[in-house]
Amino acid sequence: MTAKGQGRTAFAYLAPALLVLGGLLAYPIYQLVLISLYDYGQEQVSGGAPLEFLGLGNYQNLLGNQQFWGVLGQTVAFAAVCVVGTLLVGAFLAILATRVRTWVRMTLFLAALGAWSTPAVAGSTIWLFLFDANFGFVNEVLGIQGFSWTFDKWTAFGLVAAQVIWCSFPFVMVTLFAGIKAIPGEVLEAAALDGASAFRTAWSVTLPLLKPIILVVTIQSIIWDFKVFTQIYVMTNGGGIAGRNLVLNVYAYQQAFAASEYGLGAAIGVVMTVLLLGITMFYLRALRRSGEVL
Amino acid sequence: MKRWLTEGLVLIIAAVVAFPLFWMVLSAFKPEDEIISADPVPWTTRPTLDSFTRALTVANFGRYFMNSIIVALIVVALSILISFLAATALTRFRFRSRTTLLIMLLVVQMVPVEALTVPLFFLMRSVGDSVPVFGLNHLGSLVLVHLAFSLPFAIWMLRGFVAAVPVELEEAATLDGASRFRFLWQVLFPLVAPGLVATSVLSFIHAWNDFLFAKTFIISAVENQTLPLALQVFVKPDQNDWGAIMAGSTLMTIPVLIFFVLVQRRLVSGLAGAVKG
Repeated sequence: MTAKGQGRTAFAYLAPALLVLGGLLAYPIYQLVLISLYDYGQEQVSGGAPLEFLGLGNYQNLLGNQQFWGVLGQTVAFAAVCVVGTLLVGAFLAILATRVRTWVRMTLFLAALGAWSTPAVAGSTIWLFLFDANFGFVNEVLGIQGFSWTFDKWTAFGLVAAQVIWCSFPFVMVTLFAGIKAIPGEVLEAAALDGASAFRTAWSVTLPLLKPIILVVTIQSIIWDFKVFTQIYVMTNGGGIAGRNLVLNVYAYQQAFAASEYGLGAAIGVVMTVLLLGITMFYLRALRRSGEVL
Repeated sequence: MKRWLTEGLVLIIAAVVAFPLFWMVLSAFKPEDEIISADPVPWTTRPTLDSFTRALTVANFGRYFMNSIIVALIVVALSILISFLAATALTRFRFRSRTTLLIMLLVVQMVPVEALTVPLFFLMRSVGDSVPVFGLNHLGSLVLVHLAFSLPFAIWMLRGFVAAVPVELEEAATLDGASRFRFLWQVLFPLVAPGLVATSVLSFIHAWNDFLFAKTFIISAVENQTLPLALQVFVKPDQNDWGAIMAGSTLMTIPVLIFFVLVQRRLVSGLAGAVKG
């Protein structure tokens, strides 16, 4: 086939995908930026009031807003706790999984598969029920009936973080386990023959070999945990009392759809997108270093 | 550490990890007085289907279940077709903008779709003016957005599978007189089936679990709500019907769980294939 013919057939095959992605991803991204430059409120949406171009007004508004900085800080801290927790639990269990018999490992993996596959809304409500002030099993066991986990800001964040770690560590565990298993036995034998201790082998042989995988799961976790929405929304009832459990995603949603400040909501969305695309650049480089060919 | 100690520890951890799910199923079968008892116990002597009956009749969960199934299945079917064609184009043909397209595909995966609720809300509103089925308050709007969100990853992942099929096979098929169309659907399609399974599972789960877009798009049409939204309706600040909530959660989790367990081996090999790509 000629080069031109190849190109034409290729685009015929690609057409449906390009149509969907262009219309429902690329165009909305453009619109997101556009809306963030306007004063877009309830009067403009339903009343047909004229749009007022603000330029960077919404962004100025955000940057001068104390609540925004608070929410941004909370989002970063919350994501950091979730990422570190997920990686520690996942890595610890992946290592343990290599040292037990198959049936024990399968039991662990089956339990993890259950946590992994639980829909976020269902998972959040189950955890809420388990930690319910009066009817929850956890308070019964701890003997603190009546204690509300979701009332205090920090216990509420802690509870949500625990739920997020519960449903996201399985991915890390399974991936790292597969990575450890993929290390050729000869390499480890050679290390043992050279007289390396178990710790030395783990530190100087296994860890460097796993580095690409660790990098990928870390960045993947950062991306996921940075944009947690459902758990926060369901477990803290839309961002907590007076919005003290807000993260960026929920904040944007509340500004747009609860306060009808669509322009401001869009601006928060842009900020979030830019932050995540920054992380993505690292991701791309990490992928390339681990040998993925574009 | 002794092996039996490690194994004991692993089994305890497995029990802790599985406990929330156990508690969900248990509570779904408990009679109401045991659920709102001040001393909950991890067993029940009087299992009952009352909570399921309440969830299905009072809250109309059956209807929402069907809505969720419809959205997820249409998304999966369309995403298989579209991503298969696109992945084939991106691996089997050389054309100028190929690398650019691949990089864009990777980048759009990282765009937080949650940030797009505002523009997508207005887009669906205007789409609904001309084609109501795809507009706000209709399941079509959810199908559209989840299709768009699942495509980049599906295409990205299928690439590896299509690339793994030797080019000689296509040449042989062409020599045997098979048309391009027949080769595509009767030779290539079955060969990349494992990859399609893996991507379908992920697309299904994404569409099935979605809470944000269902909440944003389905504003007033109660009959078009999906499961996550319906479940949320149950949760009231003070007077929670925990039995029905747990029954609803169970109904919502079981399809995904079955799906996951059935395909877990293929899922892992599928993901591995995508990484090897």
